[in-house]
Parts: sequence; C-alpha cells; structure tokens
Amino acid sequence: MTDHGLEVDALSRSFGRTAALDGVSLSVARGRVLGLLGPNGAGKTTLVRVLATLLRPDAGTARVAGLDVRRDRAEVRRRIALSGQHTSVDDELSGRSNLVMIGGLLDLGRHGAARRAGELLSRFGLEEAADRPAATYSGGMRRRLDLAAALVGEPEVIFLDEPSVGLDPARRDELWQTIRKLTRDGVTVLLTTQYLEEADALADEIAVLDHGRVIASGTPADLKHRVGGHTVVLRPADTGDLDRAAAILARVTGREPDRTRRHELVAPVTGDTAFFEIAALLREHGVAVGEFAFRLPSLDEVFLSLTGAPTRDAEEAA
Amino acid sequence: MTTTLPRAARPRRFAVLRHSGILARRSLAKSARNPGPIVNGVITPALFMVLFLYLFGRPVAGSTAEYLRYLFPGILVMGAGLAGMISTGAAINLDLKNGVTDRFRSLPISRTAPLLGSVLADILRYAIAVAVLFVLGVLLGFRPQGGALAAVGAAGLAVLFGFCLSWVTVYLGVLVKSAEAVLAFGFLAFLPLQLGSSLAAPTDTLPGWLRAWADVNPVTHVMDACRALLNGTPDGGSTGLALLWSGLLFAVFCPLAVRAYGRQE
Repeated sequence: MTDHGLEVDALSRSFGRTAALDGVSLSVARGRVLGLLGPNGAGKTTLVRVLATLLRPDAGTARVAGLDVRRDRAEVRRRIALSGQHTSVDDELSGRSNLVMIGGLLDLGRHGAARRAGELLSRFGLEEAADRPAATYSGGMRRRLDLAAALVGEPEVIFLDEPSVGLDPARRDELWQTIRKLTRDGVTVLLTTQYLEEADALADEIAVLDHGRVIASGTPADLKHRVGGHTVVLRPADTGDLDRAAAILARVTGREPDRTRRHELVAPVTGDTAFFEIAALLREHGVAVGEFAFRLPSLDEVFLSLTGAPTRDAEEAA
Repeated sequence: MTTTLPRAARPRRFAVLRHSGILARRSLAKSARNPGPIVNGVITPALFMVLFLYLFGRPVAGSTAEYLRYLFPGILVMGAGLAGMISTGAAINLDLKNGVTDRFRSLPISRTAPLLGSVLADILRYAIAVAVLFVLGVLLGFRPQGGALAAVGAAGLAVLFGFCLSWVTVYLGVLVKSAEAVLAFGFLAFLPLQLGSSLAAPTDTLPGWLRAWADVNPVTHVMDACRALLNGTPDGGSTGLALLWSGLLFAVFCPLAVRAYGRQE
C-alpha cells in the first residue's frame, strides 16, 4: 500500500481529435489537498472523470488510494466520492431521504444508512431542514447536502469539481472550513477550481493545467516564487502625497511605480533591502503611510504568466 | 502502511436487485411529488375510451355496450404502453443531464441498477394506470367474460408489454441530447403505434394502407390478445405473437440501453 492518495502517470484521453488530457502526471500524498487549476477546457473535469472511473483513459496509468482506475474500478468506487459542478441531489426528496438512499446503495443497511444520514445532517447544519424537500433549500444548503451525500460512504479520496461556483462569500467560507476538516480525518481531496483564491486558501499543492498538460506544479508559495520577485505596494494616507511617494519608490527601485485606481503605488523589487530603504525614506520625508506591503505575486499573476490567459476573477475585475 | 478506514460494507448477494429496488423507490417518491406523467398515462387513454365509445359505439357495433367490449381491452394496452413511452426515457435523460447519474456511476453499484430501478418503478406505474382504467371500464359497463384469472392475465400482458416497450425509450433517453426530444419521440410514436392498430376497429375493416401497418404493429397483437382474454373469445394466435413481440423488444433494446448507459461518457 502506498502513501499516495493519487498517483497519475502520463495520462491521456482524447475526444475525437481534441486531446483533453495530453500526458498528465501528478501525485498527492494521503490527507492532502491538491488544487487543480486551469481555464475552461483545460482538462480539469476530464481528469476528475477519469480518476472517478466515469471515463476510461486512452493511455497512461492512474491510481486512486493505491488502486488502478482501469483494473480495480469497483474497488476504486468504494473509496471515492464525487461532488460535482452541478449539485446532484434529488429536489423531490428530503435531505434525509437523499442521504439514506445513498447509504442504501452503499449497503450500509437500513439502520446504518439512517444513522449515517443523521450524523451528516447534524454535521452540516441541516437538521432543521432534514425532512423538507431539497427543492426548498437555498444554494448553500444544497451544496452542503451534496457534499454530505459524497461523504456517506466515508471515502478516502474526494473529488470536488468547482465546489464553490455560485456560492456567496459567506457560504463559500463555510464550505472551505468543511473541506479543511475533511483533510484532518486523512481524506485526500482533489479540488478543481478556476478561483485562485480558493486554491490558495485550501490547497497544499497546486497543479496548473492548460490544454491537457500540467504546466506547473508545487505548493502555492513555490508557484509564486517561480513567477519571480516581490512587489511593494504603498498607499499614502493622504492622496496629496502620491507624487512624493512615487518619487521615493522610483528612486529606490529605479523605475516609475504603477498607479492603481485605489491610489496605490505598485513597484517590483528584487530583495527586502529595497523595502526597508523605502520605509526609511518615507519616514525621512514625513510621508504618512496608509498601507505599505511587501508581497509575493498573487496567484492571479502567477496564472497569467504561466498560461498567458487571465483567470475568470481577473476578467470579472477588469 | 495499512489503513483500515471505515467504509461501505462489502457487496452482498442480490445486490443488483436490492439497489434497483432502492432506485425504484426513489423514482416512485419523485412520481408522488410530481404525478403529471402518471395522470397523463391514465387520462389520455380514458379520454380516448369515452370519446370513441360515444362517437363510434352505435355506428360501429350497434350499441355502446357492445362496442365497449371491443374497445376496452385496447384502451388497457394503450394505458400501459403510454406510461412507459413517455416518462421512463425522459426521466433517465434528465438524470444524465443534471449529474445524478454521475453520482450513481461513481458508487460501487451495478451500472444496470439505475436503469432497472427506473423500469421497475414504471411497472408499478403501469399497474396503477391499468388498475384505474379497469375501474373506469367497469363503471362504464364493461364485464370481463373470460373469468378472473383471464382478466388478471390480460392486465399482466398489458403491463408486460408496456415494460418491454419502455426499453425503447430508455435506450433513446440514454442516446439523445434532451428530455424534450425523448418526449417528442413519445408523442410522435403514439399515433402510429397506439391508434394505427386494432384499437378502434378490427384491422380487416381498415383501408388497405392502414391495415397493412396495423397487421404488423405489435400493439395490435397485444390488444387482440387482451381482447380475447377479457371477452373469453379465441385469440387466433395473438397471445403468442404478443409475447413474442414483447420478448423481442426486450431482448433487443434492454442490452442496447444497458450498453449505451455503461458507455455514456
């Protein structure tokens, strides 16, 4: 038995002439969260479907919880759970019935299924709504019910395909907390997302997928390092000081800083000495500071530099 | 490293049947909240029965009572056939679209179970449709002449045929893109299959082109067989043909549907 939750080696899968997966290799240790990032059509969903035994690969191997997805399909299915882009709960059934049904299909027995459903309903804060049809649930409740349905069989590996699409920020934070709790129980999570913020918040490791290939992988910090240097972000307390502050940044960094609409000055720097130099000069010239930060590039910037395409977040913001 | 995470129990015997039963209950619970298709499966044949009876009863058979003896068995078959033609394939198609099927397929259950479950639920739906129509027929004055056993046999034959015919729409439901397309097919097939048969009048009274079709239409044989059973008249070989057709439809379309469902990617 391996310590890998997921091991994927040179996996390929085409639809007609389009290669959805073109030699993907990656691995995740047990109990860790792998964030799979990529634009629409990068192959994220195809990879999840291959790993969840819903789709056969054309070439390459993939092991889930140590089991081959091609040879041990039935055993893989005992160990995985899927929570998809579209919540797949039955609207006409109550939350409880939805979970009891899955328990029945997993051979937990009548009592076992009822007990497990009760546990999950209380864990996901759905006790009050347990016996109402799922059609009456809010978006966040449905998503929680869908995740609960995925957990009925106590899976070792969970695939979450864009779990927070359509959730408001509060509901999304709730979902993130739930996902973090899962990994504490030793569950391996593969999370696909277009939201870099989500990957940054949840993933221990990130693989960036583009045109069916892994174009970068590593921890979020690794990836940020790879794209390069730090940035200094400065917002003077008084917007009247903007020009003086810009002059100081230009003097230290050797180039004119970018100005944002929020009256911030942004300049790339090579090391932290520049940061302290700027701080000293600001003080010397009596420029009061509103915000002053020394930061790694955001994952949005990483993504852009790796794929040459802006993320959905960045597009929406633009 | 050996981990003994608790997980779903090992498969037990008769798993396919048990899982199909669970999924059939799911389908019935959905029906209970959304009874449209069942109601439709009863109302449409009931309307045809009343309409045909009072429009054609006297001119065709001399009296409505006499005509009911001819018409009613065909209506029963229509009721069983319609419920399956319309609802089963559309429901399966909808599950495929909204991701429910992906969840089922990622569970350690047989890939046949979701289809079988859906069809098992339908058998109950046809039985309900047939029972309601039977009550309606008796209220209108129909009396089975062939005895109770033959009456049950006729109802059973109608349900069996509905079950076998529904695999055609199950297959379509797996293949086509939208539930609307499955419904459209159901309605399109309704006219030639159900009405282009011996439903309203014996096929030898029909114009040549229609008779040619009605004589080979499997629905005709099932209607003739039910008529013989319910009225205690000789079946002229129609029971054998009805069973043969039912078996043929099942033998062809059930494997096709299961295979297409398993391959659905």
